[in-house]
Amino acid sequence: MARNPQLNAHGELQHLLSIEGLPRSILLQILDIANSLVNLNEREVKKVDWLRGHGVFNLFFENSTRTRTTFEIAAKRLSADVVNLNINSSSTSKGETLLDTVNNLVAMLADVFVVRHSQSGAAHLIAQHMPNHIHVINAGDGRHAHPTQALLDMFTIRHYKGDFTQLRVAIIGDILHSRVARSLIHALSTLGTPEIRVIAPQTLLPADVESLGVHVFSNIEAGLKDMDVIITLRLQQERMEAGLLPSTHEFFKKYGLTEERLSLAKSDAIVMHPGPMNRGVEIDSTVADGPHSVILPQVTFGIAIRMAVIALLSGKVPSSDILQQLSTDPALV
Amino acid sequence: MSPRIEIRNSHVIDPAHSRAGHHTLYIAENRIVAWDHPPSGWVADHLIDAPNWITCPGLVDISARLREPGLEYRATLESEMLAAVSGGITSLVCPPDTDPVLDEPGLVEMLKHRTRQLSQAHVYPLGALTLGLRGQQLTEMAELTEAGCVGFSHAEAPLFDTHLLYRALQYAATFDYPVWLRPQDPYLSRGGVAHDGHVATRLGLPGIPTCAETLALQQIITLMRQTGTRVHICQLSSAEGVALVRQAKADGLPITADVSIHHLHLCDIDIGYFNSHCHLSPPLRSMRDRDALQAGVEDGTLDAICSDHTPVDDNAKQLPFGESEIGATGLELLLPLTLHWANTHNIELPQAIAKITHEPAKLLGLPAGHLSVGAPADLCLFDPDTYWEITPSNLHSQGKNTPFLGMHVPGKVMMTIIEGKIVYQAQQH
Repeated sequence: MARNPQLNAHGELQHLLSIEGLPRSILLQILDIANSLVNLNEREVKKVDWLRGHGVFNLFFENSTRTRTTFEIAAKRLSADVVNLNINSSSTSKGETLLDTVNNLVAMLADVFVVRHSQSGAAHLIAQHMPNHIHVINAGDGRHAHPTQALLDMFTIRHYKGDFTQLRVAIIGDILHSRVARSLIHALSTLGTPEIRVIAPQTLLPADVESLGVHVFSNIEAGLKDMDVIITLRLQQERMEAGLLPSTHEFFKKYGLTEERLSLAKSDAIVMHPGPMNRGVEIDSTVADGPHSVILPQVTFGIAIRMAVIALLSGKVPSSDILQQLSTDPALV
Repeated sequence: MSPRIEIRNSHVIDPAHSRAGHHTLYIAENRIVAWDHPPSGWVADHLIDAPNWITCPGLVDISARLREPGLEYRATLESEMLAAVSGGITSLVCPPDTDPVLDEPGLVEMLKHRTRQLSQAHVYPLGALTLGLRGQQLTEMAELTEAGCVGFSHAEAPLFDTHLLYRALQYAATFDYPVWLRPQDPYLSRGGVAHDGHVATRLGLPGIPTCAETLALQQIITLMRQTGTRVHICQLSSAEGVALVRQAKADGLPITADVSIHHLHLCDIDIGYFNSHCHLSPPLRSMRDRDALQAGVEDGTLDAICSDHTPVDDNAKQLPFGESEIGATGLELLLPLTLHWANTHNIELPQAIAKITHEPAKLLGLPAGHLSVGAPADLCLFDPDTYWEITPSNLHSQGKNTPFLGMHVPGKVMMTIIEGKIVYQAQQH
């Protein structure tokens, strides 16, 4: 099998394609860099100049508002030049367009590509065909991976819970189609989470899901008992049409996160959702807006995580002294 | 008139008669005329003195797509026929999924004519089971048989209508035409691109469950019991599938089956980081399935090993896994990968070579695959001790797409003889 395509010969991050296969030290490094950037929000000037003169290209072959916007803000706060490209991937020769498009952009100014595509492995394919000075960030490929989402979720969990090694985490809903779930499971495992549960009907679980190192619960009440962290996933309307579920109504009845069910978890449990939410389908509004919800902070942390990833890949992270100052002294420019 | 050829003292393997050892073969008038003792007045035009080579019957590959008619941009008849003989193949069966589909006699005659003109491997087309492989109306099987079809197949096209399948099997049974089917339920495989197991789960690839194969296979076997049709099962992929065929054979049904060189050696783990060369149909399944397929070949449940040669151009493979085109090149890898299997599993060479010569010839009912006196002189001569690296430039096929790129394999074809004529000779160093 080929060498891990994400790491260069020195074991450093060359691309961020998936959480699987990344060492714990790199995950922690990204979380730590993000931690020193999270206070930028409080400052009057919310920018650093680490990527001045560098080009970050957002290549979105699949629609996205939230992820694309946070990547754009992150790149701009690093003072990079940002180009957004929404490419309709429904054209017949989409594959050729994929590599051709990317090769054309390489010739322009790009240093970092942020790629979202409906096919699993699309970001790997692009990374394989890139010269060494170009870095690819996977912003979601098919059902496979969404590593920056998982990292911002890890950031959120660490922010509220501190340590991963004592945590119990449950992920509820459409695991089968979810790239977020796959990346979350790898990230939680790598960071030492002792118990990860998935809660879903059989039709929304991929084959041999236990091989990822999770415990499967079909009953949400049993699955939520004593959990520290609860992550709900978006359920898409297409799942009803594909015959995986009878209705969103029945899904909510059996798997929706309500206040009553939440009370089975630990009293200080946090509730997360990668967004966009379907209120009344996978999560009740009272829970989404309630005291356990950390869904909005997730979005804010997402910007710091994406800044950290772009900066790390570009080799533009300043020394730890400066990072330290940045995190303690928000007034510093 | 064909030349008089003497192959002196090579290691001859004739699996049909369990003969193996150093012998001299005499070839004249397109046929093998004598073993060891020359006919009276023998003077050879060609003397091949090859004590280190193995001489075996020419290979019979029962699944090779030549991409003609219609798909010449992927490969041409010339390139693929050269690939066949450089792989030691002297007979091959091609599926009907060309463009247009092989569903009417004129197309079959044209293909037969074109291939005869090239004077290389014998080509045995399979006719389409239904018009246009659309699964709605039967083809003219009698006419197609007269034109040269050796059986009828639905290739990779879905056949949703089980009633039509039942009728097709009944009709074929009436005239004892064999039907070749690749068992895959079209609903259970819909949208899938990889075996529905832990690898597909990790990579987020839509899965094709094993029951897509076993359900279709059980359906076929049930209909065989009803109709008595001779059925050949193409490219099995699962342990459960092998078990079903084993039972059907034990029950005395007229069933035969094959496995491709890819499924004999590879499993879903070989997909690695989305290697589109491993995007195949049926999908590469688990290691357990691969082991069961190997055991099935060894115990005779699976009669033949085929190349399932499907040349695809580079652009169609340089796509995300699920969008990449299905298939791999194989004509030139059939012999080396069969030898590799024999070497790594301690299989006797005659038994291994039978799977690519005598056994497939027998299931086709061809007068090929053996080296009896009087048999057509279709021969493959190879050096079993030369290893070579599978690289794009080492392949004659226009398809360079194979999961085995970079592998060193045993068995270099030195010469291929068809009907007593030398049609391929390797460059000697």
